[in-house]
Amino acid sequence: MSSDVPVPIVDYLVLEPEPHLLAWVCVACGARFFDRRNGCASCGSSEFKRVQVSSTGHLRAFTVVHRAAPGIRVPFVSAIVETDDRTFVRSNLLVEHSDPAQIRLPMPVRLTTYAAGIDSRGTECAAFGYVPLERPDRPRAET
Amino acid sequence: MSESLWILGAAMTRFTRHANLDAVDLASEAVSGALADGEVGVRDIDVLACGSLFASAGSMGQQILKQVGQTGISVFNVANACATGATAVRTAALAIKAGEAEMALAVGVEKMGKAGLLTGRSRRKPAERVYEPAGRYGSVMPIDGILGTSTMPGVFAQSGMRYVHDNPDVGFEHFAKVAHKNHLHSTLNPLAQYRKAFSLEEIKNSPMVAYPNTLLMCCPTGDGAAAVVLVGGERLASLSASQRRRAVKVSASVQVTDPYTPGGAVMPDVNTLTANAADAAYEMAGVGPEDLDLVELHDCFATAELMHYDNLRLCEPGGGGEFIDSGAPGRDGSLPVNVSGGLISKGHPIGATGVANLFELTAHLRGEAGERQIGGAKVGLAHVIGLGSTCAVHILERSAA
Ligand SMILES: [Zn+2]
Repeated sequence: MSSDVPVPIVDYLVLEPEPHLLAWVCVACGARFFDRRNGCASCGSSEFKRVQVSSTGHLRAFTVVHRAAPGIRVPFVSAIVETDDRTFVRSNLLVEHSDPAQIRLPMPVRLTTYAAGIDSRGTECAAFGYVPLERPDRPRAET
Repeated sequence: MSESLWILGAAMTRFTRHANLDAVDLASEAVSGALADGEVGVRDIDVLACGSLFASAGSMGQQILKQVGQTGISVFNVANACATGATAVRTAALAIKAGEAEMALAVGVEKMGKAGLLTGRSRRKPAERVYEPAGRYGSVMPIDGILGTSTMPGVFAQSGMRYVHDNPDVGFEHFAKVAHKNHLHSTLNPLAQYRKAFSLEEIKNSPMVAYPNTLLMCCPTGDGAAAVVLVGGERLASLSASQRRRAVKVSASVQVTDPYTPGGAVMPDVNTLTANAADAAYEMAGVGPEDLDLVELHDCFATAELMHYDNLRLCEPGGGGEFIDSGAPGRDGSLPVNVSGGLISKGHPIGATGVANLFELTAHLRGEAGERQIGGAKVGLAHVIGLGSTCAVHILERSAA
């Protein structure tokens, strides 16, 4: 049974209507988690609600990985992003180059998705990453 | 007042790739060495704590006793990431502090061979695969390399790049200097894995692993073991003058885990728990960083050593770059760091590391470190960190006797 609908790489990635991430938020203290929690690591409370995470933020840390386990394409830029609503996310920075000198903290970024593979039934896997946020062009003087 | 704690004997094997010795051989060699060094026998030992990340499930402690004396004592097999050896020491120390043992053995051992630098799961394509969500994140495929990195070189590289951002005077050159120093130090240590000096250029130009850490800024994998005999103050008082003279005081033994910090779930915070452990250890020992004569810290990667100067209060906040530039952590500097060669050059057989750094301090505090002796050393600090995370800090002092 093949499907035309891609599956997200992780359950906290939602593809429709616009790709975004979901986090579990502790109702008592606001701490945010991507995996299911029995209790809150920050305050111990056990009541959570699911919220949509902002798809824009800034780069908090990165590394360019050149050596990885077999089957993983290198180099890639691993990034820690802090979103505008203060959620920390680990993913890749999707840039054409692997030059650390061209990557500056706290570079503004936005979430994007792409096809990361196809399974034996023809179902596509959608992964997410971050790209540098293009700033709107400054108004240019007429020449 | 609880019982005072002392290291009576200490020994380690060379860290290297031991083709013909297995983990039981290596651990037995270290244990026999530590017993002989402390001038005691296996029948004096009340408790054995054995740390091995890979072999703890195989009752390694009991296997060792079958080589050195199957006395039927209580054995604890422990695993705690890269702090496994220090956790064995803590376990043995707790037994003495609790009054259940007068003398205890802590041993750490690892047989790693060439494998194991990277922890990320491989993504080799199986012939047939169907995407099904699995695990706590409902992932349909291994995520390392797609959703960032969770390998150790990557994690410590990212933390290092954050340190660079927070302290703009720090850069690639500083990390190279850390590795340069530690490789130079290991040339004087016959038990070290590398024993070879490298130029700054060789270090900077060696293959990149995860920027800014090149291969020569990363600890190698290897095999080895280390052991210490711990004794309570009351029992020590009944031992010979030579045993009392060579005994080294454990004035602080601290192990902590990572407290909650925002973002810690996606980017392990290796700093907060290290600072917490160091502060607790200084308080317990009644000494400050200014009293230290040498430090053996957990330089799994060059970025880690630079951050730990800061975390262990060896430099001013944010002053890691200046500290290495000044030459302070060199063996001729004001506060020698990793004169053994550290993990980067002495090697890092995981379970052995947290015991081997106590062996190193003990050798210097007794004035028995040979060519690499730091003259007149009275107080030393040993630090290890394991991702997950846990951190242990020990402060040792030369015997006044
Ligand atoms: Zn909470």
